[in-house]
Formats: sequence, structure tokens, C-alpha cells
Amino acid sequence: MVRKKEESALYEKDGEKYFVVDGHVHFWNAGPDNYNKYGKMFIDCFYGYHSALSPEEYLWDEEKFGKYSEEDIMHDLFEIGYVDKAIFQPTYLLDFFPNGFNTTAQDAVLAEKYPDKFILNSSFEPRMGEQGLADFEKKHEKYGFKGVKLYTAEWHEDSKGWKLNDYWAKRYLEKCQELGVKNIHVHKGPTIRPLNMDAFDVNDVDHVASEFTDLNFIVEHVGLPRLEDFCWIGVQEPNVYGGLAVAMPFVYSRPRYFAQIIGELLYWLDEDRILFASDYAIWQPKWLVEMFVDFQIPEDIQGEYGTLTPDIKRKILGLNAAKLYDIEVPSEVPQEEPVMAGGEPGYPERPL
Amino acid sequence: MIAEASVLDALSGVRDPELDEPITDLKFISDLRVGDGAVDVRLRLPTPFCAPNFAYLMAHDAREALLSVPGVREARVVLDDHHTADEINAGMAGGLGFEGTFSSFEETGEDLDGLRAIFRRKAFISRQERLCRALLADGYSPAELAGMRLEDVPSSEAKEKYLSRREELGLDISADASFVVDPDGRKIPEEAVMQHLRFARVTRLSIEANAGFCRGVLAARHGIKDPEEETA
Repeated sequence: MVRKKEESALYEKDGEKYFVVDGHVHFWNAGPDNYNKYGKMFIDCFYGYHSALSPEEYLWDEEKFGKYSEEDIMHDLFEIGYVDKAIFQPTYLLDFFPNGFNTTAQDAVLAEKYPDKFILNSSFEPRMGEQGLADFEKKHEKYGFKGVKLYTAEWHEDSKGWKLNDYWAKRYLEKCQELGVKNIHVHKGPTIRPLNMDAFDVNDVDHVASEFTDLNFIVEHVGLPRLEDFCWIGVQEPNVYGGLAVAMPFVYSRPRYFAQIIGELLYWLDEDRILFASDYAIWQPKWLVEMFVDFQIPEDIQGEYGTLTPDIKRKILGLNAAKLYDIEVPSEVPQEEPVMAGGEPGYPERPL
Repeated sequence: MIAEASVLDALSGVRDPELDEPITDLKFISDLRVGDGAVDVRLRLPTPFCAPNFAYLMAHDAREALLSVPGVREARVVLDDHHTADEINAGMAGGLGFEGTFSSFEETGEDLDGLRAIFRRKAFISRQERLCRALLADGYSPAELAGMRLEDVPSSEAKEKYLSRREELGLDISADASFVVDPDGRKIPEEAVMQHLRFARVTRLSIEANAGFCRGVLAARHGIKDPEEETA
């Protein structure tokens, strides 16, 4: 099974070859046997995203969306979805899903069965304090992951969220440094402590990115709905990256917004710090990859935003993630040097 | 007798603070009943996991708006299908305030004034960018924009919206006040106008793209037509 298909399996369009790393996938269990009232609402919310932004031929019914099979994920990602490597981003949500929504252990079953296909990330829970720190270290010993996915809106007993610059969160980030867990994926959600703050604000990323300069902070859904705050910190912090989960499907339903979002990211960050992701099973990589490769910035705004070249698309679709995760890229895929652009002078002193 | 039109008019003054659009346009009102001295309104949001602090603000503001209508003695606002619906509905019915409503949460902070202020600043910057963009398209130069006073800006709906957001921030809206200012009211110097607008554009895009996302999800969940046509 060792990489035998790789030469022929790369996605190719108009003579250009693309190596695809899907930076954010799930193998969740959100069926009725595993949700409480909040879990049911949570998966309903995901289903709303799925049904609002998918092409009709890719729509699932709610039952399948709640719990899909190993065959489904292998087929959708690797058989038809052009994905060469997929990164599992565990999301625990134990207060909503008694056995966990998508835990490291759940994902590990597939990651261990298909080691050439999946990269397994894990997670930590800063509110578990000292004991959690020891458990995290054990988990790392067992799985040897290079990245974690953190969901700051996660509920834990009466706490409805946390910030990256909380004391305990920093203790866990120190542990990540020590263990060589260098990729920190940050996912913002609707709740936070205290509740009167903007939960989607990415300001805490700014604090830890400048404190932990040898860690990479990948902000999921490029900070949306706070793209401006994300761009603002991206200019200042070279170790901040943008993951395109949730932004990607705009390529189909709202292509003009998609063009502007990508355009702003290229302007404020650069083409080396943007990572493709489907957020499977919310959306499927097949149509996202096809449409992204075919996509171009509309002519009337090319003056403001420029154009997307195959080299830029190759970086976004896979090469940037390959660098972060030390993934070997087939030699037939052209690799452009980093541009080290981004960062215009004269942005405001602070975000609004 | 309470006029339904005046009730709707009052509700149209309530905006989603994040999306900067009236809750009536966003189709967040799913039911409205006008009785003798009392009004019942049901609110629905795009998903059960929309941010609870914004949900609270909209429910609170809707109730205040209803009570401002002549003849309304009682206003009942109920939020449907939301993960904090029980808390918010009890909070509205009992007049518990923000902290009281979310007393089961670990930490709420005192009030939502700071949160509201952040989004008023964003709305202001976004409206200013839209207006400047239209003026640049009409042939005004960046230098001209930098020198303009409010009275120099031609009348339009976009200008009215800009002025209302500007007034909400407590900034000067007199005829001879500078047009292009930051959210603290400081005039943007001529050489910095384009860079100021470059960043303002991201704020505007963020709000618009989010609004588009929310409309799309609400429409899909309730089987209604997505009213948004793509615009430039």
C-alpha cells in the first residue's frame, strides 16, 4: 500500500498538478445515541451550514449527517475527493455528546488503519488543570501528534469558554512547546468567559503568538466572522496562519465574497499562510477542490486584488500545510519559494 | 388600539449588532401578535448556536422598542430554538437583566455596553467605507475625501445610514464636521486616507459576508427564499 498510487492520483487540471492536504476533517458521532439537548442543537447548526452552502447533489439527509461510515469518509476524501492527506482535528464537546463528538481516540481508529492517508491531531482542555497536563502528556506519548485543535467555546461544567492567554492555557502551550507539538489550530465559537465579551474576537491569539514564537497558530475559518481582526494580527505575527474551513464553500454560493476574502488574505498575510480545509463532513472536498482550481478573481476587482495563479492555488491547497506538518510532497508537483510578502505598513494602531 | 404598522416600524429600528441590519429585514421575526395593550413577538435566529450575548441584545432591544410604541403596556418577546432560549425567555419575562439572565454561567461580566460599543465602531467604519467607495467611484479623489466636511457629501441613503451610525457613537454630525474620521472622531490625514479605507474595507467585507452566511443558513433551515442577491 505504500504510496503506489501517488504518481497517478494527483489532481490535475489544465496541465497543472495539485497536491491536496485537507487541513480540517472530522469523523464524528452525532447520532441520537450520543447527544443531549445541546448536542442535538449543535449538529442541527452544522446541518444548517451544510444545507445552506452545499451544491444540491452533495446534500445528505440529517440521519447520515449525524453519523456516517468509514466507507463514506474514505470514499469522499480519497477515492473521489482528490485529497492526498487529511488532518483530523478532534473536537470533544463532552458536555454535548456524552462519548465525545470527535475525539482523538475516535479519529485514531482510522488514522492507525490508514497511516498514509491521515494525520492525527489532538486537543487539550486547560480547565483540567495539573491533572489534565499529565493526561495530555500521556496522550502525546501514545499518539505522537504534531498539532492540536482548540475550541475556545467548549463548555466544561459551569464554564462556557476560555481564552488562549488564560493562565492554564499558557501552561498547556508551554507543554506543547516542550513536546514538539508545534501546530496550534484555534477554533472560535459563540460562547466565552466572561459572556459580555465578543467570543469570536481573536485578540487572545495575538497575545500567545507573540509569546510562543516557535509555535504556529492556525486560526480556523480565517477568523470569520472577524476577518478584520484576524488580518490585523496576521500582519503583525508571522507565525499566524489562516485555515479556510467555512470560507471555502463561499466559492460556490457567494463567489464574489470568496474572491474578496481570498484577496484580503493575500494582501494582509501572504500566499504562504493560507491553508485549504473542507471541514468534512460539513462540506466535501471534491467540489471544493474542483471549484477552487477553476476559480478566478472577477475581472472588475482584479485591479484591487490581483489574480490567483496555479502556484498560489498549489500553496493553498497543500504545500503550505505540507510545510507545517513535514509532509513529503511528490516531486512532480512544482514548489514555488515562499514570497514572504504580506504585512503592509500603515494599518491602524489597534483593531476597532 | 395599537397599530400593527407602528409596531413593525418600532421593530425595524432594532438591529442585529453584528450584522448591522434590522431584524425585520433579516427575517428574525417569525410571529407578531398585537392585542389589547399587549404585543407578542417571536424571534428566531439562523442557528441554535448563534452567540448568546447578541441573542440577548436583540431580544432586549426588541422588547424596549415594543414598549416605546404608544398604547403598548405589555410586551412579550420569546426566542425560539436557541441553546439559551430558556435563560433568555426567563430573563425577558422576569426583567432579570443580562447578569440575572445568565446567572447559571460561570462569569458574565456586568453588562453588554462594551460589546455594543465595539460593534457600533465596526458598523460606523463599514458604513463610512461604503460611502467613500461610492464617492471614489463617482470621481472624487482621496485628497478631496480627506478635505470634505459632512455638508459637502451629496445626500444619499448611504449618507443617512453613515450619519446615524456616526451619531450612535456620539461623534459630531454637524454640517462643518470632518467627513473621514476614525471611530474616536479623529480626522484622517490626507496621506493616510487610502490606507484607512483599505483596512475599513476588511471590516465592511467581514460584516457583509457574515450577513450573507447568516441569511443563507436561516433560509435553508426554514425553507424560505434567501432574499440576498449578490451585489458588488
